[in-house]
Amino acid sequence: MLEISNLQVKVGGKEILKGIDLSIQPGEVHAIMGPNGSGKTTLAQVLAGRVTYEVTGGSVRFEGKNLLAMKPEDRAREGVFMAFQYPVEIPGVSNAYFLKAALNAIRKYRGLDEIDAMDFVTLIQDKAKLLSLDETFMKRGLNEGFSGGEKKKNEVFQMAVLEPKFCILDETDSGLDIDALRLVADGINTMRGPKRSMLVVTHYQRLLDYVVPDFVHVLVDGRIVKSGDADLARNLEKHGYGWILEEAPKPQAARP
Amino acid sequence: MVSKSAIQEQMAKQEYKYGFVSDLDEETVPKGLSEDVVRLISHKKKEPEWMTDWRLRAYRHWLTMKEPTWSNVRYPPIDYQDIIYYAAPRPKKPVNSLDDIDPEIRSLYAKLGISLQEQERLAGVAVDAVLDSVSVATTFKEKLAGLGIIFCSFSEAVQEHPDLVRKYLGSVVPFNDNFFAGLNSAVFSDGSFAYVPAGVRCPMELSTYFRINAQDTGQFERTLIIADPGAYVSYLEGCTAPIRDKNQLHAAVVELVALDDAEIKYSTIQNWYPGDKQGKGGIYNFVTKRGKCLGDNSKISWTQVETGSSITWKYPSCILQGDNSQGEFYSVAVVNNYQQADTGTKMLHIGKNTRSTIISKGISAGYGRNTYRGRVQIHKGATNARNYSQCDSLLIGSTCAAFTFPDIQVQEPTAQMEHEASTSKIGDDQLFYCQTRGITPEDATNMIVNGFCKQVFLKLPMEFAVEAQKLIGVSLNLEGTVG
Repeated sequence: MLEISNLQVKVGGKEILKGIDLSIQPGEVHAIMGPNGSGKTTLAQVLAGRVTYEVTGGSVRFEGKNLLAMKPEDRAREGVFMAFQYPVEIPGVSNAYFLKAALNAIRKYRGLDEIDAMDFVTLIQDKAKLLSLDETFMKRGLNEGFSGGEKKKNEVFQMAVLEPKFCILDETDSGLDIDALRLVADGINTMRGPKRSMLVVTHYQRLLDYVVPDFVHVLVDGRIVKSGDADLARNLEKHGYGWILEEAPKPQAARP
Repeated sequence: MVSKSAIQEQMAKQEYKYGFVSDLDEETVPKGLSEDVVRLISHKKKEPEWMTDWRLRAYRHWLTMKEPTWSNVRYPPIDYQDIIYYAAPRPKKPVNSLDDIDPEIRSLYAKLGISLQEQERLAGVAVDAVLDSVSVATTFKEKLAGLGIIFCSFSEAVQEHPDLVRKYLGSVVPFNDNFFAGLNSAVFSDGSFAYVPAGVRCPMELSTYFRINAQDTGQFERTLIIADPGAYVSYLEGCTAPIRDKNQLHAAVVELVALDDAEIKYSTIQNWYPGDKQGKGGIYNFVTKRGKCLGDNSKISWTQVETGSSITWKYPSCILQGDNSQGEFYSVAVVNNYQQADTGTKMLHIGKNTRSTIISKGISAGYGRNTYRGRVQIHKGATNARNYSQCDSLLIGSTCAAFTFPDIQVQEPTAQMEHEASTSKIGDDQLFYCQTRGITPEDATNMIVNGFCKQVFLKLPMEFAVEAQKLIGVSLNLEGTVG
C-alpha cells in the first residue's frame, strides 16, 4: 500500500530524514518510535504533504501513485489521513459542518454524490458512540476551547467518519489520561481491518499496549536503525533507547 | 449554508460580477455644484419651495464646512466641481406599472439578480429600485397601502406626504451634521421613504436596490424611515456599481425614527465597485446613517455587510433617547487589494435603562486597511445603561492592516460596559489541517471566514445571508489571496 524508498527531507536547510525505507502492506499496523528530535513528526508531516518540509531525495508511492507529487487535499481524497499531534482550532465552524465538508470533498473526488443530510447525521451519531462523544460536541466550533484529550478524541472521530485507507497517527497518545487513552485506542482498533493500514508515531510504549503493532521501527537521527515486532517496543520501554544507539551503525559522515 | 461549489464557481468566473454598463439614455445636469445646480435639481424634481429652501440652506452651510480628515483612510483630494450631481434615466413613457419600465433597466436588474417580477411574485419583497438617483418602480405599493404603510421614492414622498417629510427630514441627521451629510442635503436626488403607522407590523421586508450607472456621477440618495408607536419594519438595502476607472462619490444619508415601542431593522449589503487590483477606480462610500430611538421601549438594529467600495466611511449609529430603548450594530467589513474601510458605530445613551450591542467583524486581505471606529457615550441621567461591544479582526496574508479605535465616554456611574476585542490570522496551520481532510485552501479560507462572520450573518434575513456569504467569497477572490 505504501512504499517509502530512500526518503530524504530537509527542514530550513537542515537534513532531518536521511534515507528512510519502509514498506507497509494492506492491513498492517506499523509503529515508529524514537527519541525526541529523531524525525518522527517530520515523517508524518511529509506523508501528509506539509510544504515546509523539503524532500531532497527518494520517493513515496501510495497504491502505486507518486504521493509526493500530490497536493495535501488530494492525498486525503486518495485515502491518506493524519491525526495531528496538535490539532488546530477553527472558531465558528462546527465540528459537524467541517466533517461534512471534508466528507463531501472526498466523495466528490471519488465521483460520488454529496452525502444525504440524514445519512450524515446517522453516520456521525454511530461514530460518536465509538468515542463516547455527546451530541453537543458536534455543534461546537472545531476544536474550539477543547481540552487536549477532546482534541485527540476528535482526531480519531474524524478518522472513523472519513474511513481512510491509510492512517497516520502522530503522538495520538500524548496528553491523554488512562481512560481517554483506552477510548482512543478502542476507536483505533475498531478501524483495523485487512484493507486499512496504519502508521503509529509515538514516543512511548503505552499506546502500543492497546494498539498492538505488527511491526515496530526505531527512528534515530533520521534513519530507521532497528525494526522488529511488538516485543521491540516493550524492550524499548524497559531499557530506553540507549542500547539501540550503541548497536546502530554509525553515520558514515560525521556532522560538524 | 450556500453550497461551496457555487461560491467557487462564482469566484472562478470574475472578480467583480456587476461590472457591466447599461446603455441607458440618461438625463444629466452639467458638472459642478452651485446654487443654480441645487435649484435645477429641485426644479427638475418639481419640488415645493420649502424643499428648495432647505437644500439651499444646506448648500450654503456646506460651503463653510471642511472635508473631515480624522478618519483612517487616504485618498487624493476630491474635486467637487468635477462631479455630475444629477442623472436620471430618460423614460420612454411615464411609468405606471412594472410592465412600463424600460426593458434595458429591466434586464439590468435581471443581471443584478433581482428581477422585479420575481421579487414581487416569489419572494414577497417590496422593491423600490433606485437607478442613478431616480426611483424606477415601487412594487407592492398597493398591498402595503392597505395597511397604511407608505413605501415610495423620496421624491414621491416630498410630493405626496410633505407633512411627514417636513417633520422628520433632518431631525436625525441635520444638514450641518457633517461635510458629506451637508453635501447630500443640498443635492440628494432620490432615495426611499417608508412610514409604518401605529401598531402595524410590516408584513414583508422592504427592499431597495441602489445602483450607480452613469459615468462621473455621484449618487446622493436620501432615505427616511419612520415607525410610529408599536410599529415594526425590516428594511433591506443592496448596492452595486459598474466598473469605471475613475473614482465615484457616493454620499448617502439614512435617517430612522422609532417612536414608542417601535422597532426598525435595517440591513445593508454594500457591494459597490471596489476598484481594481492596483487600487484604481472604485466608489468612495461616504455615508451617514443614524437612527433615533425617540420613543420609550423602541429599538433600532443595524446590520451591514460591507464588501465593496474603494473607501468606506460609515458609522450607522443609534441615539437612544427613549427610556428602555435598544440599539444594535452588527457589521462585517471586508477589504481586499487596496480597499480601505473606516467603519463602526456610535451609541448615544440618553434615556434610562438603555441598552446597546455592538458586534463588529473586520476581515482584511491584500493591501486592505480595515478600521473599526466606535463611540459609546453614556450621558448624565442615562441610569442603568448597558453596552456590550465586541470587535474582532481577521487578517489574511501579511500585507493588510487592521485598526481598532474604540471610544467609551461614561458620565453615569450606574453604567455597565463590556468591551472585547480580538485579532487573528488565518494560519498556514489551519489551512494545512483542512487540506489533510480533503478540503482545498480556498474552501478552507471560505469556511474560516464564514465561521468568523457567523454571529453577524445570523442577523440577516435568510436570502441576504446567502448572498452575503457568496459576496465575501467573491470579494476576497480567494484563489488570489491564499497559497
